[in-house]
Amino acid sequence: MSDNNTKKINVSPSALYGWLGDRIFAVSVFVLGFIVIFTTLAMAISLYYEGSEAITRFGFWGFLTGEKWDPAITMEFGAWPFIVGTVSTSLGALALSFIPAIAIAVFTAEYAPHWLSHIIENLVNLIAAVPSVVIGIWGVFVFTPWIRDTVEIPVYIWSLENAPGLTPILGNPIGYGMMTATIILTIMIIPFTTALTVDAFRMVPKEQREAASALGATKWEVIRMAVIPYSRGGILAGTMLSLGRAIGETMAVAMLIGNKNTLPFTLFGPGSTMASVIVNEFREAVENIHLTSLMAVGFYLFLISLIVNLAAAYIQRKYAVTGGRAV
Amino acid sequence: MRSLRSRYARDNVVLVFIILNTVAVLIPLFIILGYVIVQGFNYISLDLFTKELGSPTRNMMGEPTGLVHTIIGTAVVDIMAVLISIPFGIGAGVMLSEYPDHWANPILRVLNDTLNGMPAVLKGLLAFVLVVKPMGSFSGLSGGVALAFVMFPIIARATESALMNIPWSIREAGLAIGLPRWRVILSTIIPAAKVGLVTGFLIAFARAAGEAAPLVFTSFGNNYLPVKWTGWIFGPVDTLPQRLYNLAISPYEHWHGMGWAAAIILLAVITASFAAARFFIRDKKQE
Amino acid sequence: MRFTKKMAAALVIAAAMSTAFAQKIEVIGAGASFPAPLVTAMADQYRTLTDGRVTVNYQSIGSGGGIRQFGEQTIMFGMTEAFLNDEIVEEVEKKTGGRAFNMPITLADVVVTYNVPGVKEGVVFNGEVLADIFLGKIKKWNDKNIQALNKSIKLPNLNITVVHRSDGSGTTNIWTSYLTKVSKEWADKIGYATSVNWPVGVGAKGNEGVAGVVMNTPGALGYNSYAYALLNKISYGYLINKSGNTIKPNFEATSEAANIDLPEDTRIIFTDTPAAQGYPVAGFTWMLVYENLEKNKAIKSKNEAEELIKFLIWAITDGQGLSERLGYAKLPKAAVDKNKAMIRELKWNGEEIGKKILG
Repeated sequence: MSDNNTKKINVSPSALYGWLGDRIFAVSVFVLGFIVIFTTLAMAISLYYEGSEAITRFGFWGFLTGEKWDPAITMEFGAWPFIVGTVSTSLGALALSFIPAIAIAVFTAEYAPHWLSHIIENLVNLIAAVPSVVIGIWGVFVFTPWIRDTVEIPVYIWSLENAPGLTPILGNPIGYGMMTATIILTIMIIPFTTALTVDAFRMVPKEQREAASALGATKWEVIRMAVIPYSRGGILAGTMLSLGRAIGETMAVAMLIGNKNTLPFTLFGPGSTMASVIVNEFREAVENIHLTSLMAVGFYLFLISLIVNLAAAYIQRKYAVTGGRAV
Repeated sequence: MRSLRSRYARDNVVLVFIILNTVAVLIPLFIILGYVIVQGFNYISLDLFTKELGSPTRNMMGEPTGLVHTIIGTAVVDIMAVLISIPFGIGAGVMLSEYPDHWANPILRVLNDTLNGMPAVLKGLLAFVLVVKPMGSFSGLSGGVALAFVMFPIIARATESALMNIPWSIREAGLAIGLPRWRVILSTIIPAAKVGLVTGFLIAFARAAGEAAPLVFTSFGNNYLPVKWTGWIFGPVDTLPQRLYNLAISPYEHWHGMGWAAAIILLAVITASFAAARFFIRDKKQE
Repeated sequence: MRFTKKMAAALVIAAAMSTAFAQKIEVIGAGASFPAPLVTAMADQYRTLTDGRVTVNYQSIGSGGGIRQFGEQTIMFGMTEAFLNDEIVEEVEKKTGGRAFNMPITLADVVVTYNVPGVKEGVVFNGEVLADIFLGKIKKWNDKNIQALNKSIKLPNLNITVVHRSDGSGTTNIWTSYLTKVSKEWADKIGYATSVNWPVGVGAKGNEGVAGVVMNTPGALGYNSYAYALLNKISYGYLINKSGNTIKPNFEATSEAANIDLPEDTRIIFTDTPAAQGYPVAGFTWMLVYENLEKNKAIKSKNEAEELIKFLIWAITDGQGLSERLGYAKLPKAAVDKNKAMIRELKWNGEEIGKKILG
């Protein structure tokens, strides 16, 4: 053994094995890394380039705020209805999911005995991995009829009799619509937020908890005063990432939102999101301007996702540095 | 200062609230899983694994129909995605962890995370622009590329953190006995980090295997097995997530049944890769 | 010596195997969902007829998709109920030096499908009422305008949920061309195309999607290829035509409507037919094929081009035997003849292979 080693050291390694091998290896690693960089840039560039016809025809802001999506007569296109759809469904889902997701995380990380928290954590991870289309098929055959018959129609009838002013806001109770899509999105992002929040809680040093306990704090007070403030950066960043998930969620939304391209959207009535309109119309658009408009919608979706992701990264970094000192 | 009793009472109220919340959220999640499992098993049959889909009129005409081409197609497209994404993911991860001083690393890290956060539907559009358009046809390969875009940012991140976990002293030890750097990385660092690598990899796979949005514009769909083996790569290929979408929105009752069956197969694949990932992580903890 | 023999034998086997493989052909097409049940059933049958040698892969992605992918040359043939407009035909001529043929492959009715609990098939509509429903002016099933046409049926006080296509669709083209002809307001505000700016309603993907949403939504009203109503047992309405007759969708009424002078290129819309017993919302589905087949990047060899032509000929002749069972009318003889004339023009690098195959 040692004999072998000695031999190796004595024989001066060939260039290919030594410095040249290092060069080759480093260069190939850099090439691979640069291709990853290039891919992300290519996404931005190709979406802009493929959508440029629409963006130049209607203007950057004109396309963004254009409310018309008319592939028949005027050939005018604007992304506004889809932006409204994306923003309202994903913010709605975020609002609905926030407290339950945090609650599960608190329970898992702070209250549950080890075996139970292990089970819950695995389940949450598993559910986070359930594909969008699988949630979609359940939504189409189970959830949509159920919510239509047990929530939407009774509420609609009630409002007809008691609050007629409300009916235009509620819209037609058909099951396929904004509310259904929002609730499905909520179900889909809860596990995601929970997982990230649990991670944030686990980062809290034991001393932080012990210090609070030593001051006589109850369990909840420890969580509220020591754990949550310490991990709020992680929670916030996790929430932003969940928002990004909701914004980009495509298939389940396309299957359940009802696909209506004109504003105004109503609570029960159909709507559309940026991702859903792309997946619905991309293969089928006949006119060039229609196709480039869809690419342009993709470009704006890229920008929105970019902002959300960068915000998450910023929050994470900011709180990671000052986190130790934050109360 | 409130009384101790009221503070403890509030503690209990909060606990009850949290438990109720947890139960209330976990129940619908269980319902979804339960529904898919029960419905899926109802519609699993031998034909599903041995026959092609063909026309929706097959059932009416009493001919057998199944998803064999979809199941094989999923395997082919997923394997292509894996083969494409491994070198890029690991390459980028190695660059981040082993060459920490490289000037491009901050850019790489930000852009890799950006790509990871991008909606999958945009990755489909990118694969459409980069592969489908120049090649002139929808193809299994373009589907593999689209899924690789989903996978490699995750692999890169996992690789980076797995390699970072290996103490720097091991690298120094390797270099000190005269090994060149590439040899240290390939034969010491990567094997030492293999559990982390494999885990990251399985998680990436589980994410990509369920994606339908990128496949709609790329691998396109097919009701039959391709007639030549090259058809799997250069021709349109059926995949479970995309077929599931088509089955679910169709009006045909027996297609709905096959949709549920497709859902449970998909779920089984993903659960298996997740379980494998968990298994690896546990192994590592025990070591 | 032995070695070379072995090699030779291996080579022979390999060559034999490769020709055996090469003979298998995949014909890739995509487009309209309207004829999808028929075309895929044809594909199934054609494959059996050729002993599995020719597989026709048809994906139902909508007429808009058929036209788009035909132009992008990602498919060997497209299918659409909205024929190519002059602009596209000219573009193709510029690009390939030949024509883009629209060959009628089938024709069928677009029917009003609905889901009203307790009400069966046969609610009567006229153009005006339908336009008002799709404009959002008639909102309830028991609206007096609908009730007036259906004295014997008690319609419920239920919201009408309009279901339309979310993708580019030839069914939409036929349907909106009908609404455009019967309603000035529709013509001015919305117009007709493969996809339009719908004032109301839920969008669903494909004929499949519309049928699916109609089936599981009480109060829904959509428009579908007749086949979808038939295959899925969805209730469908009867329409009052231009001559004032109430027409139940059926094959004679379709043929009646299609009984017109076909132009050479068969590009014609015959909605709102003047024929007394004709059904007012019917149309052809066309198969889109390049005259110069070698210019289509999706067709990689002469062999493939020939198989495409053979399938096309079979589809417009023997393949029509599947039609009526699935809810489609048989092609009128005039259309078959026009098709054959066009098939004779098909070329591969200048060689008139269409003429050769058809004789």
